[in-house]
Amino acid sequence: MQQQIEGSRAVADAVALCRPEVVCAYPISPQTHIVERLARLVSGGELAPCEYVNVESEFAAMSVAIGACATGARAYTATASQGLLYMSEALYNASGLGLPIVMTVANRAIGAPINIWNDHSDSMSQRDCGWIQLYAQSNQHALDLHIQAYRLAEELSAPVMVCMDGFILTHAVERVDMPSQADVDAWLPPFAPRQRLDPDEPITIGAMVGPEAFMEVKYLAHAKQLQALESIPRVACEFRDAFGRDAGEAVGGAGTVGGGGSDGAGGATGATTGGAGETAGLITTYRSEDAETIVVALGSVIGTIEDTVDELRAEGVSVGVVGITSFRPFPLHAVRAALAHATRVVVLEKALAVGLGGIVADNVHTALAGRSAHIHTVIAGLGGRPIVKASLRAMLADAVADRLEQLTFMDMDWNIVERELQRMRASRASGPHAENILRDIGTVAAGPV
Amino acid sequence: MSPASTIRFYQTGSIAVGNRLLDPDQRSVQADEQRSNAITCGHRACQGCGEALGARYALDAAMRATGGRMIAANATGCLEVFSTPYPESSWRLPWIHSLFANAPAVSTGIAAALRAKGLDRDIRVVGQGGDGGTVDIGMACLSGMFERGDDVLYICYDNEAYMNTGVQRSGATPPAARTTTTPAVGPAPGASFTQGKSAPLIAMAHEIPYVATATVAELRDLEAKVATAMTMRGPRYLHVFVPCPLGWGSDPRETIHVARLAQQSGLFPVFEAHDGEVTGVTPIRRQVPVEDYLRTQARFAHLFKPQPHTETIARIQAQADRNIRRFGLLPDVQGGS
Amino acid sequence: MFEVRIHGRGGQGIVTAAELLSLAAFDEDRYAQAFPSFGSERMGAPVVSFCRVDERPIRTREPVSEPDALIVADPTLLHQVDVFGGLGPDGYVLINTTRSFDELGLGELATGRRRERLLTVPAAELAREHAGRAVAANTALLGGFAALCGQISLDALARAISERFAGAVGEGNVAAARAAHGWVVDELRQIAGPGPDGGGRAPAGERSGAAAGRTMVEG
Repeated sequence: MQQQIEGSRAVADAVALCRPEVVCAYPISPQTHIVERLARLVSGGELAPCEYVNVESEFAAMSVAIGACATGARAYTATASQGLLYMSEALYNASGLGLPIVMTVANRAIGAPINIWNDHSDSMSQRDCGWIQLYAQSNQHALDLHIQAYRLAEELSAPVMVCMDGFILTHAVERVDMPSQADVDAWLPPFAPRQRLDPDEPITIGAMVGPEAFMEVKYLAHAKQLQALESIPRVACEFRDAFGRDAGEAVGGAGTVGGGGSDGAGGATGATTGGAGETAGLITTYRSEDAETIVVALGSVIGTIEDTVDELRAEGVSVGVVGITSFRPFPLHAVRAALAHATRVVVLEKALAVGLGGIVADNVHTALAGRSAHIHTVIAGLGGRPIVKASLRAMLADAVADRLEQLTFMDMDWNIVERELQRMRASRASGPHAENILRDIGTVAAGPV
Repeated sequence: MSPASTIRFYQTGSIAVGNRLLDPDQRSVQADEQRSNAITCGHRACQGCGEALGARYALDAAMRATGGRMIAANATGCLEVFSTPYPESSWRLPWIHSLFANAPAVSTGIAAALRAKGLDRDIRVVGQGGDGGTVDIGMACLSGMFERGDDVLYICYDNEAYMNTGVQRSGATPPAARTTTTPAVGPAPGASFTQGKSAPLIAMAHEIPYVATATVAELRDLEAKVATAMTMRGPRYLHVFVPCPLGWGSDPRETIHVARLAQQSGLFPVFEAHDGEVTGVTPIRRQVPVEDYLRTQARFAHLFKPQPHTETIARIQAQADRNIRRFGLLPDVQGGS
Repeated sequence: MFEVRIHGRGGQGIVTAAELLSLAAFDEDRYAQAFPSFGSERMGAPVVSFCRVDERPIRTREPVSEPDALIVADPTLLHQVDVFGGLGPDGYVLINTTRSFDELGLGELATGRRRERLLTVPAAELAREHAGRAVAANTALLGGFAALCGQISLDALARAISERFAGAVGEGNVAAARAAHGWVVDELRQIAGPGPDGGGRAPAGERSGAAAGRTMVEG
């Protein structure tokens, strides 16, 4: 059924359709509306049987999910930013124990300085913890990915985090197609765990494993993700068969997200295709098949980039975009194939590997090893700085004219940076960076919105 | 029954008291050949380990009380490490070890899952951890579990330091005790004198249905308290005193004796509390000065070399005396100060 | 695509206004995207929200920097925040105030712009009168917006309001919206002056129903 609702609500309702038995949540901006909606559904009896546990921290949230899942219950939690870090130890525990928990990460920057706005630094910081990571481009995509996530997680016995841009998606009200309970019930059978704490068949979970077996156990987590490279496309196709559309596809209109090789035509408003069936759900592509310059990105910014691509194409610029939905496992083959013909690749990312540069770019480099395309990294949108079409156009103009440096920071105010560096050089006790800069720019700016 | 039979038994053994056999229903769970052996033999605990002893008694009592329908969650620590040397496991009940700090939260998750599945009347949950995993790093999760009223019995085995990692100080380490991070050097050797962190009192402050302390010197009492706890629902907390011969530098053969001295000196009060109020104490039968207890352990040896540190020992005695006053542990002393 | 930017302060229902606008557009089978400029919630602090409306799915997510229409719920913001940034020469402006553009010191803004696209409406007063509470000024403003820009119909707006606010509160808000709508219709008629048929011409962009196209009458 078509609804005009907030992204958080869409996700909460989709999760509820999956019939979780234990929901455990600790509030953190910008995830709060998700867990509030679920609390309402449980308290009102619409989601039952379900235990809603108000935990005392994110670490407790993931721990409760671990206990619940190990007991054979379908479990769910959501967090962001600092909360994700706080549960980091438990994330590794969940993946190491092979527990198919599904979690929403409402992507938000990590402090210091404290910042509640969107970027990808939180989920990126946990990219190697063994969780599958899927990035949503729209609210439709987000809700669909959660429904896919449970199927994927339980098939593989591996946890899945669905990442959606905090505020930008969570707090945006837009149209979504919400599946029916009957459709989701048909899609998602009851949770049949690979292991379960059961007095009738006692098992020990969580033994210490020494050098004699640790590598093998750890490899199995990796093997599951390699398996996921095949499972994700298959689940994406099964999703289309079950729900009549690709994940993220806007019903009733053009402009889709999600793969599966639909019509393959990139018209002015055209369908976003995922290429052949084996890349469905792993990546999306838009007007990239013949593009000289391809932008690679994750999450909601892809939509803005697609609009920019349309404008530039109309002006004769050969540009396209490849969106990465599955960041872990990283779809090396799919990315390599999608970028094969490009002269230049611009990886636009909302996170920074401090001391190195781009994180996604690093992964893309690996995918393109041996290829001759120029790869540029553009760090953008950190801490919620909006990524605007005008800046994308300017950046792409530079790229196409081969003026773009290897690593750039979009819309960076270098004056501010320089002033602070001067302060640091001038005095040892120069004070905290953030406070100095805020004083510099004034706390209430009468500037553009 | 003749008057001779109405003798008060102060210390019953597993199957006998003095020279007479106990009635079967008064025997320890350990006397039962059909006991669950929830933590069975072959684990790698040290000789004389108080925790292994306490865990065995506590868990078999819990299994009997629950008809074997139980799931256990365990924090990282000695108990977890010595019981699961890969590829072996001592556990004969469903058991999960997750992390160091989260045993109470994992227990909450298990209880929630059982409730969602309508199995909570049938299957019970026990959380376990050492003092470190309970009193320090696990305190937030423990408090959360208490506050929410989750249906979990949590048992803390208190050997008063981080033993598994090599005897470092914890929030439960008593004043003046030597650990590797509170070495016996300098003007105030050993752990500092602080007001301490009493997990049982903290549990009582949460006003949960049942809080009790127990000791391996009173194994029957430990069993009885576990059985009592399992008649109730909601959060219940059991704090068990378990000497660690290795970490304390005590004779492995004397573990129970050392524990008894701790109790009889007043340093470890044995009591029960319901809904935040003390409802029963085990009185001290024969009080001993704290010095008798301290001398049994190398971790306090520096208090007696080259001369006794009378001031420090007096301060420790004062703590014991305060416990005696506070809980009314001596017959002529009413509790409550 | 039609892009709206709404300015106000925390507590004035600015976020809700954008949402209602999107709900009304959805009701008429169009695509709409509503979102706030995000910040820690604080009563009284400047707040901006956005709404995009289009016939096809909306992909872009950047803040609205070149609005087709501006709604200003709190005139005290006018000289504090750059409310008019990016507004094109054909842009619509609707301000909640009892004063005129000139009285607000915005006379310069009007130069070079279409008179019939710059309106004020006493939304707070109408809200107090019809809904019993000034805080319903946001829905009143939307009623005025419906009349001014023709992007959503009053009926669709009324349905959206009723769905969002139950019972008497909803009714009051709808009444306020209708009143403001009527106010703007009257204003536009006055601006347009007598037409060739002797009566006031239909105001620019009045939508008559779900499937109706927009009637754009050049002023």
